Amino acid sequence: MSPRITFEHELEELKENVANMSLQVEKTYRGLFQALEERDADRIRKIMEIDRAISDMERNIESRCLSLLTRQQPVARDLRIVTAGLKVVTDIERAGDHVADMAELFLRLDMNGPENYSEHLLPMAGEAVEMFHDAVEAFVERDEEAARQVIARDDVVDEFFNKVKDDLIECLKKETKNADECVDILLVAKYLEKIADHAVNIGEWELFQETGDIGMARLL
Amino acid sequence: MTNAVAADSAIAAEPKRNSLTMGKRRLSDEILKLLIYLSVFFSVLLAAGILCCVISKGISSVSWEFLTTVTSTLKGTVGIAGNIVNTLYIIVLTLLIATPIGVGSAIYLNEYARPGRLVGLIEFTTETLSGIPSIIFGLFGMVFFGNTLGLGYSILTGTLTLTLMILPLITRNTQEALKTVPDSYRCGALGMGVTRWYMIRTILLPSAMPGIITGIILAIGRIVGESAALLFTAGSGYLLPKAGMGLISKIMESGGTLTIQLYLSMSKANYEAAFGIAAVLLIIVLGINLLTKYAAGKLDVNKNG
Amino acid sequence: METGRKRTKINARGLNLYYGCNHALKDIDMDIRPHAVTALIGPSGCGKSTFLKSLNRMNDLVDCVRIEGSVTLDGEDIYDPKVDTTLLRKKIGMVFQQPNPFPMSIYDNIAYGPRLHGIKSKSRLDEIVETSLRGAAIFEEVRDRLKKSALGLSGGQQQRLCIARALAVGPEVLLMDEPTSALDPISTLKIEELMEELKKKYTVVVVTHNMQQAARVSDDTAFFLVGQVVEFDSTKNIFSRPRDKRTEDYITGRFG
Repeated sequence: MSPRITFEHELEELKENVANMSLQVEKTYRGLFQALEERDADRIRKIMEIDRAISDMERNIESRCLSLLTRQQPVARDLRIVTAGLKVVTDIERAGDHVADMAELFLRLDMNGPENYSEHLLPMAGEAVEMFHDAVEAFVERDEEAARQVIARDDVVDEFFNKVKDDLIECLKKETKNADECVDILLVAKYLEKIADHAVNIGEWELFQETGDIGMARLL
Repeated sequence: MTNAVAADSAIAAEPKRNSLTMGKRRLSDEILKLLIYLSVFFSVLLAAGILCCVISKGISSVSWEFLTTVTSTLKGTVGIAGNIVNTLYIIVLTLLIATPIGVGSAIYLNEYARPGRLVGLIEFTTETLSGIPSIIFGLFGMVFFGNTLGLGYSILTGTLTLTLMILPLITRNTQEALKTVPDSYRCGALGMGVTRWYMIRTILLPSAMPGIITGIILAIGRIVGESAALLFTAGSGYLLPKAGMGLISKIMESGGTLTIQLYLSMSKANYEAAFGIAAVLLIIVLGINLLTKYAAGKLDVNKNG
Repeated sequence: METGRKRTKINARGLNLYYGCNHALKDIDMDIRPHAVTALIGPSGCGKSTFLKSLNRMNDLVDCVRIEGSVTLDGEDIYDPKVDTTLLRKKIGMVFQQPNPFPMSIYDNIAYGPRLHGIKSKSRLDEIVETSLRGAAIFEEVRDRLKKSALGLSGGQQQRLCIARALAVGPEVLLMDEPTSALDPISTLKIEELMEELKKKYTVVVVTHNMQQAARVSDDTAFFLVGQVVEFDSTKNIFSRPRDKRTEDYITGRFG
């Protein structure tokens, strides 16, 4: 049907690369919380290093996109796909960074379960990773509706963050917990919130892929 | 040869099978080439042979007197001055009439007429016309121009007859020349708001000029070589025109061309004079060819630089 | 739509064109803006060249063409029987796919049109030749060889000469039928650069098979398909978010 078989194939590969990279981030994320539950310090240490592999994947995808831009000179829909790919990997990579950052914090907390500080933290972590997963799926499957739903869920995570913050303030006031640890947990919550933000961004890139608009602004 | 050597050469031959230098020369190609060279040689030989034969036999009878006087039994001279003048008269007059009409009709057929049955018919008739034996033109010219129009045996009758004969030649050649002018010239000119006639005058005709000139050369060749169509139309007068008004009234007088004179000399078994005339004719034809080639080269606007 | 769309130079309304019984253009409506480059794109045989030619009545030269609807230039119907096609084509010049300089000197090529239109004065002609050649960005390259044959120029130079020749009769609109398809990339870029300049003074309509070219040089783009205008919009919109699926398939190379 389409005479641009090679190009179609390369776009398909680009999509797979993005899917693989985010799958890697997601696996690391889920692995981190599992290791925490199992109090497996070695595994958490390894997670801190996985960061580099993800960065490599990002570079690979970026170079692939740039090469598509120069060699295939895509326009319209194709141009949106390639530029969205170029942008979305940044968000995925940041999410990966935050996972590594959280791993570091958990080691510093000596793998003290975050549920001891706030009952909302683990549900928040669950929600954030679900959002990330759904956003990437929406992006890869080019599902506009799913992307909108992910964007709407941003408020849920924000709500969680406020609850966690309130819990921590409570702890500090009552001096039931160490202040240092409370701050670290707050940082974890902030990272989770950030990951959710990146999920929202990924959802927005999916919408851009379809329409050329990002938020209210027209990019292309 | 030992087995070892044989095996060796077999191995060596293996990679050479695809070598570029190993291609066999095809026998048929060679034979064809030979045939082509032979035919080239033959035609050159033929032309050179005839030229040498005629000139060597004729040159002895060509003298200043032969060229500048008229045959006269009273003075006892043999000369072809009158015939040379008649030939030039007929060439110039025929071309004067035939070229404008021929070029004009070619322009009409190519540039104005819508291609269709009528144009096809005209082209077909023109082609047929150029295939008609010249004696038939002679017959028609004698009866129509000579008798019906009362022009008698005269240079004018001969001219008009020859005009009919070479018109197709000039028309066809001009048409072919016009067809080779790229359409892009026409589009380019018309696309900038130029009238059709201005375009034809300034672009098509200059571009087609080499082709038109070729047609004219061929026409001159036919005029010079013609005998059958002229014998009974232009007659065989051999006198020089008188000065003054005589130059014009000559048109209405009988006048044989060189070819006619040649024919007459041969029929009187005067071979010496015949070869003389033949030599002169050949040189004139050669000269005209060279001149028109030179002119065509000068006029060719399609050359770069 | 956009405010710029209101001013139009050429206006086609319900234009239908038939070659014999072949319906080559179907109900074309198009407003061509002054001082803009309008690109016509589409697969071969889609009618874009036919449409271009119908804008200065070059189709009149073809047999059995029948045209319905109207094309106006500044509000004047160009298919009015009283219209003098010579004057029309003086106002709407044309540049063709193959560079077609006439077999004469560079100077005479440019002076060709003006001479027909009655300009005899040597100094006036000199002036026209220079401004036209400058207008087509080729003057510097040929100033020393104006009397030499135009056929000795390179393809790219010949094409710019043809543009200069079209400019010499003082047109308002320039129609270009794939003006760079026979040229090398550098010559192509020069012509594209030139179009950018030309649109300041003239209205340019260009047929092109080169989509990148349309994207680079044009302000508006019309996509033709089997004799119809599928989409006509600003070039930015056509190449970023075309409204019609067929347009998108064509410009992204998914056609067929």
